[in-house]
Amino acid sequence: MRTRTMIRLAVILSAFGFAGTAFAASADDFKAAYAKAEAAEKGAAAVKNRWTATEATLKKAKAAADAGKFDDAVTLAQHAEALANASTAQAKEQEKLWPDAVVR
Amino acid sequence: MLRKTLIAVAILAGAAQPLLAAETASDPKADFKAFRDYFTNRFPKVALDDFVNGPYSMDEGLRKQWKAIDEFPPYDFVVDKGKQMFATPFKNGKTYGDCFANKGIGVRQDYPKFDAKTGQVITLDVALNQCREANGEKPFDYSKDDMAALTAYMAFTSRGKPMNIAIPNDPRALAAYTKGKEYFYTRRGQLNFSCASCHVQNPGNHIRTEVLAPALGIMNAMPIYRSTWGGMGTVSRRLQSCNSQVGGVPLPGESEEYRDVEYYLSYMANGLPISGPGTRP
Amino acid sequence: MASTIRVRAIASGDTTQVQSLINHPMDSGFVKDSKGQIIPPHHIEVVEFEHAGKVVFTCLWGPAVSKDPYVKFSFKGGKKGDDLKVSWVDNKGQSDSTVAKIQ
Repeated sequence: MRTRTMIRLAVILSAFGFAGTAFAASADDFKAAYAKAEAAEKGAAAVKNRWTATEATLKKAKAAADAGKFDDAVTLAQHAEALANASTAQAKEQEKLWPDAVVR
Repeated sequence: MLRKTLIAVAILAGAAQPLLAAETASDPKADFKAFRDYFTNRFPKVALDDFVNGPYSMDEGLRKQWKAIDEFPPYDFVVDKGKQMFATPFKNGKTYGDCFANKGIGVRQDYPKFDAKTGQVITLDVALNQCREANGEKPFDYSKDDMAALTAYMAFTSRGKPMNIAIPNDPRALAAYTKGKEYFYTRRGQLNFSCASCHVQNPGNHIRTEVLAPALGIMNAMPIYRSTWGGMGTVSRRLQSCNSQVGGVPLPGESEEYRDVEYYLSYMANGLPISGPGTRP
Repeated sequence: MASTIRVRAIASGDTTQVQSLINHPMDSGFVKDSKGQIIPPHHIEVVEFEHAGKVVFTCLWGPAVSKDPYVKFSFKGGKKGDDLKVSWVDNKGQSDSTVAKIQ
């Protein structure tokens, strides 16, 4: 029982560490994270379903990087990437689900 | 017992398939009846022609305010500007009237139209810009005041005429209609709302301080003078602001999706009177 | 140039009801444009309604009145066919006036 809890704790802690908050991010880290976010947003644009929140978060990420706050910038870029992916997922889901909403 | 249940489930599953598959090949006439019945059944006290008045058909207090404003409508000046613009010839001497049937007077209810040559839905706004470009003029921004004034005047000349949208026997026209229907029912934006979320599920209810209009006849009042905007706004402007209000990045004015959804909604309103230009909170 | 003033005056018994819609930007001077610059104040300051040589109604307006203002009031007197003069002056010294017949 204690072992399982320890393992779970280790997994959770390592997940946090992997998110990049355990060590200071660099400008290169930001460039990589931002590129991933932009690519994800391009995917959302391709299905014509960008969210305003994604665009706003991308802007905030860039602003944080310009101010030298690379930890924040990377976190924001990762958040933007997640938002972009969510909006793409919404579009793909809705392609199948919309007929259920039609008045009949 | 188990075998009977399995067979029953298989039959039901098989029966469910056609319902979903049918949506890719619409039956506009069936859609029309279902749509109309939905709203007339849900709001039995609303006169059919009144649905075009949007929130005023849903809320008595709002209607009283509207009637008071309508004695001297705020769009008076915009319609005058539109009339003047419409009558002013292009640099080459031609006028807007030369691009339309009946010199462009009392024709708004025929739009949007399906254009067989291009395979595209042409809204009134697009037709006006096509007219401008064919006569050597720069097109207007679909979301700004000039287009709003022109379409306000043209709507005004069609007041009371029944919406008259045709879906020709052309698979591309049916596809555009179906795409418009799809756009209307698709959830979008971070708030995950579709047009239907507000205008089919919640007409007459409030969204923040506004009363929601029913989708039936919602295009008949366009363009609209909104107190919020302090001015007249086009269909594009309204669709773009609806998009951003649910957290979606708007599309460019008169994008294919916007034209298609206007086509769908206008067809659903066939027979209902043009009430534009409208006044809204 | 087209008049900025729309007016409708209806006499009923010994009272005349007047409605007027005036085309004016009524910029308060507190709003910024898309570039962040203040849009300078440009609003009507005085509107006067005259009947039979007398001012029957005066409006003293300022930044709180919105674009394209609408006003409705009644006054004792006036009969069908009489003239009603409406005039306004704004903070930039611009003005307009019109004369309408009471219905």
